[in-house]
Amino acid sequence: MRIELEKRPKISTLFSILSPFIALILTIIAGAIMFMLLGKNPLDALYSFFVEPLLEVWSLHELAIKAAPLILIAVGLSVCYRSNNWNIGAEGQFIMGAIAGSILPVVFYEWHSPLVLPLMLLMGMLGGALYAGIPAFLKAHLNTNEILTSLMLVYVAQLFLDWLVRGPWRNPDGMNFPETRTFAAEAILPELLSSGRTHWGFVFAILAAILVWFMMRYTLKGLEISVLGQSERAGRFAGFSSRKMIWFSMMLSGACAGLAGIAEVSGAIQQLRPVISPGYGFTAIIVAFLGRLNPLGIIAAGLVLALTYLGGEAAQLSIGVSEKVTRVFQGLLLFFVLSCDTLIHYKIRVIWSKLGGTAVDGGH
Amino acid sequence: MKKIIFALATTAAVLGFSAQASAQEKAKVCFVYVGSKTDGGWTQAHDIGRQELETALADKIETQFLENVPEGPDAERAIERLARSGCGLIFTTSFGFMDQTVKVAAKFPDVKFEHATGYKAAPNVATYNSRFYEGRYISGQIAGKMSTKGVAGYIASFPIPEVVQGINAFLLGARSVNPDFKIKVVWANTWFDPGKEADAAKALIDQGVDILTQHTDTTAPMQVAAERGIKAFGQASDMIKAGPETQLTAIVDTWAPYYIKRTQAFLDGKWETTSSWDGLKDGILTMAPYTNMPDDVKAMAEETQKKIESGELKPFTGPINKQDGTEWLAAGVSSDDGTLLGMNFYVEGVDDKLPQ
Repeated sequence: MRIELEKRPKISTLFSILSPFIALILTIIAGAIMFMLLGKNPLDALYSFFVEPLLEVWSLHELAIKAAPLILIAVGLSVCYRSNNWNIGAEGQFIMGAIAGSILPVVFYEWHSPLVLPLMLLMGMLGGALYAGIPAFLKAHLNTNEILTSLMLVYVAQLFLDWLVRGPWRNPDGMNFPETRTFAAEAILPELLSSGRTHWGFVFAILAAILVWFMMRYTLKGLEISVLGQSERAGRFAGFSSRKMIWFSMMLSGACAGLAGIAEVSGAIQQLRPVISPGYGFTAIIVAFLGRLNPLGIIAAGLVLALTYLGGEAAQLSIGVSEKVTRVFQGLLLFFVLSCDTLIHYKIRVIWSKLGGTAVDGGH
Repeated sequence: MKKIIFALATTAAVLGFSAQASAQEKAKVCFVYVGSKTDGGWTQAHDIGRQELETALADKIETQFLENVPEGPDAERAIERLARSGCGLIFTTSFGFMDQTVKVAAKFPDVKFEHATGYKAAPNVATYNSRFYEGRYISGQIAGKMSTKGVAGYIASFPIPEVVQGINAFLLGARSVNPDFKIKVVWANTWFDPGKEADAAKALIDQGVDILTQHTDTTAPMQVAAERGIKAFGQASDMIKAGPETQLTAIVDTWAPYYIKRTQAFLDGKWETTSSWDGLKDGILTMAPYTNMPDDVKAMAEETQKKIESGELKPFTGPINKQDGTEWLAAGVSSDDGTLLGMNFYVEGVDDKLPQ
């Protein structure tokens, strides 16, 4: 017996739209089975995982805090992926954005001015964009594989941050702990509402999603991105430059990741530490695909992923399961999203080698 | 479909209700852990303290915990979640939770917080710590007797005062029996990373140390020592299982007496903010059984322990010089706690440059 994937002649529009929802439902069912095997009541468990975090205002704030960087990074990545540029290094661009943006509050900490915060945000975007410019340059001029270069630059960024906070940028009043000075008040991204900790980073994320959505749908640039992404040759006939597109998409996604980085540091952490991201840059790749590379879909996907983080914590408290459940749910979700997508494009054909194998093969 | 929704809603209501009902009966005491509760070291010691607390006051309290909480914004959310879920007393058990604990405490003036090993207090935030260095002095003495080469390897975490105290106390203990004793220090820059800790252990052994001690939390260095056939000291928890023929003793953190004392005060309405720094005599740390050593060394260790418990011996008592040879403590003078809590210098004889 053998299983083959066969390309479907026509892709169902209905199922393309439904696919993420089917994946979500399958994840929940698989999760319920897992909780049952752990000896927990699956209804209680799913309730505390997916519903409890949505019932309180403060928890919704935490959801927004967690979702903001995921959405912002994923929106940038969607432009890259649509144009067939595979930027895997958003985590590094996030970190470099955070470092570039932190120059003012850490090195020039004595400079107090209302200009500090806007400059920090700009420098954050610039830092992320320039860092993404390295793989862009390598791809555009040396034809290097951007998947490898952007991924490897993540580790460079992580080690650079590590060196900074242990060495030249270490807080002189921090009891020798590896962390920088805490930011002064004017370097902190203000909270949005008095009811919780959500800061302006969430607004940036939503704005970026809307702007990119508009660009993709209504502008020539959007058309250029899609055309070059689907067929570079066709794009060239239309007069679009794929080299310029490499620069544009990589720098744009780098800027988004960099802004997410400085917003996270300035709004939530308020200092640099050896580790400032629990892997937002990588989780955002899941978010981008779960949102079907559509900026508005990405907003929803970012919120769902953020919910798995909060849910893991809530479930730990109320039903006493390990916090590793979060990882399991994220893995299940990605698995089902990818397999649903595969099944939209392909159908499974089982080939029985003994019984009627020839008859099936004869069909060709 | 309607039926399902109704069933879900009922379940939700019942759940919510039962949670509230039990909260009214018993006080909730909660813990935030930086590592896994089965890490075999620091966090496990706190979790054993929690379990003993729950057993001791079973009819009056229940406990809850969140484990593997990263330091930073996630810690703030975790602590806030506990405060909101009805915890009356919250222990945050890592230095890196300090700022987050103080921040959340300001929002919940009716909840009491206890932060381990930090220095920032508030009317509803107490701090607690243990005089680990007393145990390190005893370990150092044992090392001084047991090491044939007279060189010990020290796997350190971060150059904060608590760790520097430990290095100094270990060396002072060792030099009390072997005046030429040396230690080599490796800064792992982590509390919990089996891979890095094992690498540090291997590097030290390759440099010729024949005894190993650690101020990091996993059993990895103990396992490396066991493989290479040298002796080692456990940290935070009794690590004898990782090295049945390797561990000489371990500094065991026994938080239970403190947790029980403070929870009782909380239940009696007598909880007040304090900055507590207990030692061997209070039972906040104990020494694991002295094993894998000759009887005379064991007798010496036991005697030193008794002297420290009775207050007859204070590890940081002069004459002690600083690393550069200048005098720190004159003969017979003991250091005050303030100097120890901010300790950022080595004593004479430490073969390392303190990261500044």
